[in-house]
Amino acid sequence: MNVVWEWDKAFEVLPVLLSGFFQVTLLVTVLSTVIAAVLGLVIAIVRRSAPRPIGRVVGFVVDFIRMTPIVVQLLFAYYAFLNVSPIVIGIAVFGIHYSTYMAEVYRAGIDSVPESQWEATTALSMSRYRIWTAVVVPQALRATAPALGNYAISMFKDTPFLLTIGVVEMVQAGLIFGGNNFKYLEAITIAGVIFLLASYPTSLLIGRLEKRLAFSN
Amino acid sequence: MADNFDALLNALPLILEGLIITLQLTVGGAILAMATAVVLGVLAQQDNILLRGFARVIIEFFRGTSLVVQLFWLFFVLPQFGLSFPAMAVGIAALGLNYGAYGAEIVRGSINSVPAGQWEATTALSLSKLQGMRRVIFPQAWALMIPSLSNLLVHLLKGTAIVSFITMADLTFRIDQLRVDTNTFFAYGVGLVLYFLIAYVLTLAMNALEARAKHKLGRGVSLPEALNLRSADTGVTSSTKEHV
Repeated sequence: MNVVWEWDKAFEVLPVLLSGFFQVTLLVTVLSTVIAAVLGLVIAIVRRSAPRPIGRVVGFVVDFIRMTPIVVQLLFAYYAFLNVSPIVIGIAVFGIHYSTYMAEVYRAGIDSVPESQWEATTALSMSRYRIWTAVVVPQALRATAPALGNYAISMFKDTPFLLTIGVVEMVQAGLIFGGNNFKYLEAITIAGVIFLLASYPTSLLIGRLEKRLAFSN
Repeated sequence: MADNFDALLNALPLILEGLIITLQLTVGGAILAMATAVVLGVLAQQDNILLRGFARVIIEFFRGTSLVVQLFWLFFVLPQFGLSFPAMAVGIAALGLNYGAYGAEIVRGSINSVPAGQWEATTALSLSKLQGMRRVIFPQAWALMIPSLSNLLVHLLKGTAIVSFITMADLTFRIDQLRVDTNTFFAYGVGLVLYFLIAYVLTLAMNALEARAKHKLGRGVSLPEALNLRSADTGVTSSTKEHV
């Protein structure tokens, strides 16, 4: 078979991939990251401050979600809520799945707040709410920023899993194009290059942020 | 409910077949990933810029382009060049190379965290560089890297769930068939529990490995601690390292 790189195919597929990238891949990444970052913090605080039995139940559910495949979770949610749009299912499942990772990051961040800070809040007889919002969380967040960013990148690279529930994100758009043209080379290669171009500079930035934060500690 | 269990019983042989495929992918992928990780990880901390540069390019390439893209590239694009491989080989290659690239960073980081005095000691004992790595540095790095490798192994297991798109009838595929005969909650409930159990057993095995590796270094940790579900690695760099 005569297979060579065809530039006209490449230019034909590029807009298709980019529209999948901006309309689905990036959208899901951003919205799911927000959900994961907020929900993860809530989980971390509940596990730390709720009564023991509740903390343990939450802990088990979190471990269960974290240790089972997102593909299976996507399919489960898709069939369980057939009347909900698949992209909404995707955003919710990605957000919840990654919140379990981010919760672990926050937990470590909260643990890194020195004991003396907690003692100081007691000395100042601060309310529980003020302890978390004014003292613990602001200090905990600093240490967690790079790790959260890395999970956002992981999520970004996991978004092609959405094709299991029929969401046409970038890779699925490329596959459809490839199938229609009997040629996958350009579509899948360019999809990979777009992932690399988007994720590598971001991870370099996060690496620099990490170094700066570590240095100023 | 009884009907569901009847359906499950009928589907059991096929689910077992799917389970075996998932396990084959996991174990095969893990072996290839470990080999890739050690080779690239060691190369990535060499002084020679060519070796280091080569390792860095490969690592960033496989980390930066998504697993699914790599899987589809091997499965859909390579055959158009006349290179067809069985789906199992494609699956293991994609999983092994992708997670191997992540593992390489873990290996490199762990080797770097072994105190420099240990290298100096190997020089003082006039060990060759290879001997020093094999007998002194790597065993210590190994104990450090297991928690992160354990997380990676669970990631790899979860990554296998995509292979029905390259025509493989893995556990996820069989669970989807079971859904047709039962219902969504029952079938996916069974599927999620099965995946969780595999991940749990893998984590326990890795914790046991870690306990053994530490014990060999004379830092004994009792086995009950090895039965803890959560691994210590969270990716946060700060003063937390002492706590965990």
